[in-house]
Amino acid sequence: MISRRDFLQVSMAATAMMGASGYGTWARAAAQQTLTQDQLLQFDTFGNVSLIHITDIHAQLKPIYFREPSVNIGVGGNKGVVPHLTGADFRKAYGIEDGSPSHYALSAGDFEALAKGYGKVGGLDRVSTVVNAIRADRPDAILLDGGDTWHGSYTCLKTEGQDMVNSMNVLKPDAMTFHWEFTLGSERVNEIVEGLPFAALGQNIFDSEWDEPAELFKPYKFFERGGVKVAVIGQAFPYMPIANPRWMFPEYSFGIRDENMQAMVDEVRSMGAECVVCLSHNGFDVDKQMATKVTGIDVILSGHTHDALPEPVLVGETIIVASGSNGKFVSRVDLDIRDGRMMGFRHKLIPIFSDVITPDPVMTKVIDEQRAPYQDQLSEVIGQTESTLYRRGNFNGSWDDLICNALIDERDADIAMSPGVRWGPSLLPGDDITREDIFNVTSMSYGEAYRSEMTGEFIKVILEDVADNIFNPDPYYQQGGDMVRIGGMAYRCDVTKPQGERISEMTLLKTGEAIDASKNYVVAGWASVNEGTEGPQIWDVVEDHIRKLGTVTLEPNNSVTVVGA
Amino acid sequence: MEFTRRETLAMGAGAALMTVLPLRASASASDDLIAAFTGGAEIADTGIELTAPEIAENGNTVPIAVSAPGAASIMVLATGNPTPPVGTFNFGPLAASQSASTRIRLAGTQDVVAVAKMADGTFARASKTVKVTIGGCGG
Repeated sequence: MISRRDFLQVSMAATAMMGASGYGTWARAAAQQTLTQDQLLQFDTFGNVSLIHITDIHAQLKPIYFREPSVNIGVGGNKGVVPHLTGADFRKAYGIEDGSPSHYALSAGDFEALAKGYGKVGGLDRVSTVVNAIRADRPDAILLDGGDTWHGSYTCLKTEGQDMVNSMNVLKPDAMTFHWEFTLGSERVNEIVEGLPFAALGQNIFDSEWDEPAELFKPYKFFERGGVKVAVIGQAFPYMPIANPRWMFPEYSFGIRDENMQAMVDEVRSMGAECVVCLSHNGFDVDKQMATKVTGIDVILSGHTHDALPEPVLVGETIIVASGSNGKFVSRVDLDIRDGRMMGFRHKLIPIFSDVITPDPVMTKVIDEQRAPYQDQLSEVIGQTESTLYRRGNFNGSWDDLICNALIDERDADIAMSPGVRWGPSLLPGDDITREDIFNVTSMSYGEAYRSEMTGEFIKVILEDVADNIFNPDPYYQQGGDMVRIGGMAYRCDVTKPQGERISEMTLLKTGEAIDASKNYVVAGWASVNEGTEGPQIWDVVEDHIRKLGTVTLEPNNSVTVVGA
Repeated sequence: MEFTRRETLAMGAGAALMTVLPLRASASASDDLIAAFTGGAEIADTGIELTAPEIAENGNTVPIAVSAPGAASIMVLATGNPTPPVGTFNFGPLAASQSASTRIRLAGTQDVVAVAKMADGTFARASKTVKVTIGGCGG
């Protein structure tokens, strides 16, 4: 007797082999300058159901550069396992050749050289070509958008998400779940969702007053595909009212609510679902833990933490698929569903190499229409950079260093704080910095840059609080972002310690003196979740700073000493 | 200085929220209350369910629910609050289900504990850590 788990493990081995051979071919192909669209799309259609997953696009309609993190620390049971492997360790784990296309797409290291060789990634018109190709193989493939779609660019901010809604409607997803969308404000979210031509899902989106499921967002939707009844259950980002301003969507409550997730799985199974897919914005470690607590989910399509994994991770009998961010990847998952069970799968994480995949002209036209009214604003060159500007990393990124420098200089502050978000594309040395580039890493509906006095003790409380949201050993207590970025101050962080004991050796950089718990410091920051925050918009602060600099050159930032990683 | 009164107030509110962490001071008070409720009897870990968020969206109003089939009464404690007792739900013999839900105020990150007294005189206990955080950031 071969068990279902054995079946899945055999599939896993198959996908690994395919991944390995596929990547190997790309590496050689690239060496011969023949990396082609056909190779990127090559997939032997399998089973009877196809899923297409894209997530965390963050409104990136055009090709971009996106540097993956060098530092992504796992704690507790997730120490040293994917997605908490970076650079050479990541490549070793997956047998990825140095200098290969998958090295460039999936891991940090040699980023500038490889970016020059392989070019930009993403672009929704390239994504459209990939989706169309999969649909040519399997016309009834289910396209699922994991959320963080209507946020993250100049045009998205100015149109309150309409540019993304118009573009995604052309891509025709079958369902979607949510996170940053809610920072448009509940009125605007309700307005868009009421008109969506596809399902808006979230079993954990509740009415905050009555603590009952919100009417506008359904917990799940059924699809009949290849003679199989597939149920897709949505899971929105659980900690929206904590990580983002609650006052912008006071009618809604979220949370993980895994007991309700189990109830929904049981409900769809009792209604005849043969395959249960969870479209999740939990973040990868939370999804892994949820898969151990909720039984009956076949596939979790994972978003939020922006991880891109070339193979699914198997937890019990659930496979978890992580599809990256910023339009850089599309996952295709083919499933063999028989007798109400998932008997096997085939998976491919398809990197969107913008210079290799031909844009879909229909989508290109739609994208250009969204951008046309703003073209002058978007393309204005503010300055140049001699350093790579990127964001991903647990403690800092060079974009954040630049933003913190801008806050300290422009707002005359001792210390700067910048939120540890994971969105925002990268720029290469020698690139112009346009207004669009600045908005790509700063745009949001609560971008006011505050200036305030805080005691040393309170600054430590903030750092301890945020650190626990990242390094709490129980993933259910993690919010999935990165550490708040600090300018003007050094500190030491022991990730293995409990809350209150992780942060030490706080030092004011401009004097070299230890931070005094009882002394007041002028702190400038942005993206406060408090209502009524006042100050100039952060993108204006950063633009002023870059104009004065002309050319941005950043030294490596070594102000955070990390222990216990 | 150009920070506004509003910003100061907002930061002050945050400071007030955080200075009460961590909250373990009244844990022994909770132990005493549980001992008084059970009369020192042994307490099982199964037979009662406590539903509460892992991280509170708003520490001033945290939805919780308790359910213990066969219970005569359920006591709920917020072990880290200055006054831990939240309430005790009593179920008569005609009660259709032995469950209740309410909203509670939590002074900071702490364990919420529910203890059920069963109709047969036995006891069951469940507890859950609810984190109260200042928030911000996000992927």
